[in-house]
Amino acid sequence: MSINKDTIKKISKLARITVTNDETDRLEKDLNSILKFVEQLKELNTDNVEPISSVSDQDLTMNKDEVKKINAKDDILKNAPEKNSNYYVVPKVIE
Amino acid sequence: MSDKEFNYYISGDTGKWEVVIGLEVHAQVSSNAKLFSSSATQFGADPNSQVSLIDAAMPGMLPVINKFCVEQAVRTGLGLKAKINLTSVFDRKNYFYADLPQGYQISQYKYPIVGEGEVVLDMPYGTKKIGIERLHLEQDAGKSLHDQDPTKTFIDLNRSGVALMEIVSKPDLRSPEEVAEYIKKLRSIMRYLGTCDGNMEEGSLRADVNVSVRKVGSKDFGTRCEIKNVNSIKFMQQAIQYEAKRQVELLEEGKKIDQETRLFDTKKNETRQMRSKEDAHDYRYFPDPDLPPLKFSQSFVDIIKQKLPELPDDKKERLMNNYKLSSYEAGVLISDKDTSDYFEDIAKTSDVKLAINWVIGDLFAALNKLGKSIKETPISSKNLAKLIDLIKNNTISGRIAKEVFELMLKDNRDPKVIVEEKGLVQESNVGELEKIIEKVLKDNADKVAEYKSGKDKLFGFFVGSVIKESKGKANPALVNDLLKKKLS
Repeated sequence: MSINKDTIKKISKLARITVTNDETDRLEKDLNSILKFVEQLKELNTDNVEPISSVSDQDLTMNKDEVKKINAKDDILKNAPEKNSNYYVVPKVIE
Repeated sequence: MSDKEFNYYISGDTGKWEVVIGLEVHAQVSSNAKLFSSSATQFGADPNSQVSLIDAAMPGMLPVINKFCVEQAVRTGLGLKAKINLTSVFDRKNYFYADLPQGYQISQYKYPIVGEGEVVLDMPYGTKKIGIERLHLEQDAGKSLHDQDPTKTFIDLNRSGVALMEIVSKPDLRSPEEVAEYIKKLRSIMRYLGTCDGNMEEGSLRADVNVSVRKVGSKDFGTRCEIKNVNSIKFMQQAIQYEAKRQVELLEEGKKIDQETRLFDTKKNETRQMRSKEDAHDYRYFPDPDLPPLKFSQSFVDIIKQKLPELPDDKKERLMNNYKLSSYEAGVLISDKDTSDYFEDIAKTSDVKLAINWVIGDLFAALNKLGKSIKETPISSKNLAKLIDLIKNNTISGRIAKEVFELMLKDNRDPKVIVEEKGLVQESNVGELEKIIEKVLKDNADKVAEYKSGKDKLFGFFVGSVIKESKGKANPALVNDLLKKKLS
């Protein structure tokens, strides 16, 4: 598997991150070398090995179903470039 | 569909088409706090007043799972007779949207908490099992308001991070009616379990509807379209009807169906394409590095299992056996736990046949008229039981009972008190009744003659007149007997 410039453009579009042409060249090289390393790992025989989804050996800790009332509205909306009547305001998104 | 046979097909120019439907139901867990934060989940709060730094996706925040939500997912899974997975994994489902501050939704992809199960539907043509593919836990997104400003969208993050159970069915549904029954059954199971309030008006229960069509007899599935986020049973049915017809028309014109996401426009009653193909979602799922796998023991599941309430299907069977109810009667009662509880309160002490008739007959009609649910009923089960006892022991007639019932609707008074106060006790004194009968026969001597010359139908007239003369208080059975003797 390898990554070409179109794939990088697609990923950057999905992530809404602008990538310049220069960056695309560099990323193509970087990502392909990472994938090459993964290809190398794939040579190992992993039959009968359970896949893991986390490298830490922890289980998920759980919280009680308790509400902590912290109305952080003002703090949170401070980060909004635009707001109105306690709503975030963004350019129109219509599906 | 009143027919006893399944008959939902679309007739096209080239023959009959079958509609294949699968549902992804999003059910909000009835929890106090959100899935990964301690913010409140209360509906209708001021915008952005229930948003923690986690829900707003501030950098450096770590999600911690709400144990209650995990338990409710397991509970629901057990209610669906499904496999519970002791290990499951949370993944990030990546997409960019203004009401999703994280840029991804925490969901479960390859390893859901609940696996395969089933829901049984009672259709006019028999029972039908609908397979459940899986149930997984995930976060809800915020809410976008598009109608506040001509060029802007307003965002409220109160719903952001609220726990949802996504329940995915197999493509086993074949008609809008089956979809309606499926949603009602699923909602009833979750209400019995108390895991989701099923309130569709508040968005606690909504569904993505997958629709495809194929020629009757074909074993292959057609290409499906997904209709997103439909929030009422009626709209689901309308959307399916429209979408199936659209697909049949395309196919019969020799065109292809594009697998795509569509939305249902409730004003125009049509589905339309939601996103263009090139923007088709590529969610790039991967395990959430902030969350190790969710693991629990079999005993965690067993403890939940021991506390499960009686579920609708079991209750239906029990009601049919214990009270000799018909499948229809039991079905009506179990659709709502409060209704069956109400009925059983009465049936425990009073006549069952009268109880079922009064509950699903007169009481339902009255509640319907008042626009109230059984929970808000003006007549307590205790008082309706007393009314039924008064009928059963012949203190009042069925006709008087209806009058008393109307009065009870106003103030839930004890029917015994009403009957005494208004002097409505049924007249069962033979002497008194005979007096009334004498009078009626005398006043209607011409009709008596007609009756005796063979006009049998007049008997009903005499019974009616006697009861009327007694102001409704005469015991009808007794009047019948006495009149028969008198007129023979």
